[in-house]
Amino acid sequence: MADVTLMKTPAETALAQAFESAKTLLPGNVESRAQAFEKFTARGLPHRRVEEFKYTDLRAAFREVAPFAGVPTAEEAKAALAGAKTLAGIEALQVPFVNGHFMREAVDFRALPENLEIVPLREALANDHEWLAHLSPVPWAAENPVYQLNTSFMADGVMIRVAGPVEVPVHLRFVTAAETAVATATRVLVVVEEGASVTLLETHESTDGAGHQPNDVVELIAGDRTNVQHVRVNAEGGKTLALSTLAARIGAEAVFNSINVVAGAATSRHQVFALLNGENTNLRVNGVTMLKGLQHADSTLVVEHNALHCESRELFKTVIDDEATGVFQGKIIVPHHAQKTDGRMMSAAILLGEGGTMNNKPELEIFADDVQCAHGATCGQLDDDLLFYLMARGLPRKEAESLLIQAFLGEALEFVENETAREALIGTVEGWLRARS
Amino acid sequence: MLEIKNLVVQIEDKRILNGLNLTVNKGEVAAIMGPNGSGKSTLSYVIAGKEDYEVLDGEILLNGENLLEMEPDQRAAAGVFLAFQYPLEIPGVASMTFLKATLNAQRKARGEEELTTPDFIKRVNAAAQQLEIPKDMLKRALNVGFSGGEKKRMEILQMALLQPSFCILDETDSGLDIDALRIVSEGVNALRSPDRAFLVITHYQRLLNHIVPDTVHVMHSGRIVRSGGKELALELEANGYADYRDSEAA
Repeated sequence: MADVTLMKTPAETALAQAFESAKTLLPGNVESRAQAFEKFTARGLPHRRVEEFKYTDLRAAFREVAPFAGVPTAEEAKAALAGAKTLAGIEALQVPFVNGHFMREAVDFRALPENLEIVPLREALANDHEWLAHLSPVPWAAENPVYQLNTSFMADGVMIRVAGPVEVPVHLRFVTAAETAVATATRVLVVVEEGASVTLLETHESTDGAGHQPNDVVELIAGDRTNVQHVRVNAEGGKTLALSTLAARIGAEAVFNSINVVAGAATSRHQVFALLNGENTNLRVNGVTMLKGLQHADSTLVVEHNALHCESRELFKTVIDDEATGVFQGKIIVPHHAQKTDGRMMSAAILLGEGGTMNNKPELEIFADDVQCAHGATCGQLDDDLLFYLMARGLPRKEAESLLIQAFLGEALEFVENETAREALIGTVEGWLRARS
Repeated sequence: MLEIKNLVVQIEDKRILNGLNLTVNKGEVAAIMGPNGSGKSTLSYVIAGKEDYEVLDGEILLNGENLLEMEPDQRAAAGVFLAFQYPLEIPGVASMTFLKATLNAQRKARGEEELTTPDFIKRVNAAAQQLEIPKDMLKRALNVGFSGGEKKRMEILQMALLQPSFCILDETDSGLDIDALRIVSEGVNALRSPDRAFLVITHYQRLLNHIVPDTVHVMHSGRIVRSGGKELALELEANGYADYRDSEAA
């Protein structure tokens, strides 16, 4: 076979240059970054002919690469955090990031809740902290180009250790507040030890006017008999290109419940890679996506049942207005040894106008013979008969539509255990509906 | 109150109403009887404003206002209420949420203040008690998992709360057992008033024993073919609709 020299896009060239100039300045081991970047470079930015990126062409989305954000000044950080309102009504331990940098001044390390430890990632990388061994808990996530980019460029983040029950939720608050477009790469590692429990809130916000390029990875290692509740909100600004990954490895008899609510960003892709690594574990991954204008949102999910008797449930609800595009790709993998698996995955979308698009791609890869797996995908409009019924009772069309949309999305929100968080998410849905009418 | 003049309606090229004329006065309870397929339900949907129907000719006036130019919600605010033959199930919408939203939407459209929550709950409880609707039913999603009788009672509850001036009951008796029929009829009778008119659509005379009409109209092939007093219902019960089939053939 002849050697093929791959042409680089301007964005790929810019990324290579950025990596060359940044790699020695970034904290920690250059080798592991270089390896990740090499893997990324071998295939480049994924485009529509790459199966997993068929519906979200990153080569097309990244016309140019924004410069990586520097550390904000104290005033900039303060202003940015003051303006961040997503899930602000929930009493929680704030772990804020501004422009991709952990704001350690905002955390009182001497007064952390019981059973909780936090180590700034920058320090950990520089000191070769022992917890670094826990990074990359889902081995095959490392094959993903978005993840590889994060590994190459990750500049900051935190490592959190949960050693027992933590009562107060931990709020990972990501704010990008630069006036001109910046790129960020943040990594958060959460290690939940055997029998421990924690609620993680994760919110992403950015200024509206600039095409920021955040690439955030949250990694979770949850031990046996752990309970982790995770509520994530994408409230990014209207021009932001937001890439994110949740990689989770869960032990036996554990519960992990994650929801991602997407209301923001011009283009977003949230990837969930979950590895069920112990028996009798219960996983729920839900999504609520609300899109309008020319927004594009991709929810990509791979769940591997790597042990007996695990249950996984995925419910994704998408509402698409105007000419927006939604993507759902969900894959459940059940190898030979994962007998008695019970997996159910559902994606349902409602198109409100004529111009919207929904791409649903559910996949099952089942090698075991004693399993129950189901998937479904629907795409439709609001039911005219229901609309008429509501209007005949006096509700104007938009209100009738709002009520039906709320009911449709509400099904996926029901599983949020933290009541205040659930109410706040319902408020997010209501806000989106109000903006539309 | 309600005046329908020469109403011609089709759905997907099929003519359903053929120059229907009907007048219902204030305070009147008018019954419409007729065989299957005579266009009774179509008439109720067209008055309420369902989109699927094409009105080719005629007009529907409520207190002199042309309903055909209004959206369904505007008709509701103007006083029209249709109790559905098959009330729809709305998963995810709690009955109370729905009731409050509709009540306040209509009040808003009429320029009235929204109800406070305690005031709203008081009204719902009073109406629910009369219709023997248990409170836990109101906490469930609207009509989801309700029996046929419960759904019909829920329709009448909505009617009692919304206080419309023109009520259409589309085969409200279908699917009701004797007790439910009594409860629903009592609910309707309690709403009878000199300012309110009813159009009661039914196949059977049975309902009209409970809700005694002032006038009875016979509908056939999309037209009112005969009108009379309440005794007409008894005559139909005895003789069936055969006479009218003959007149159609001729």
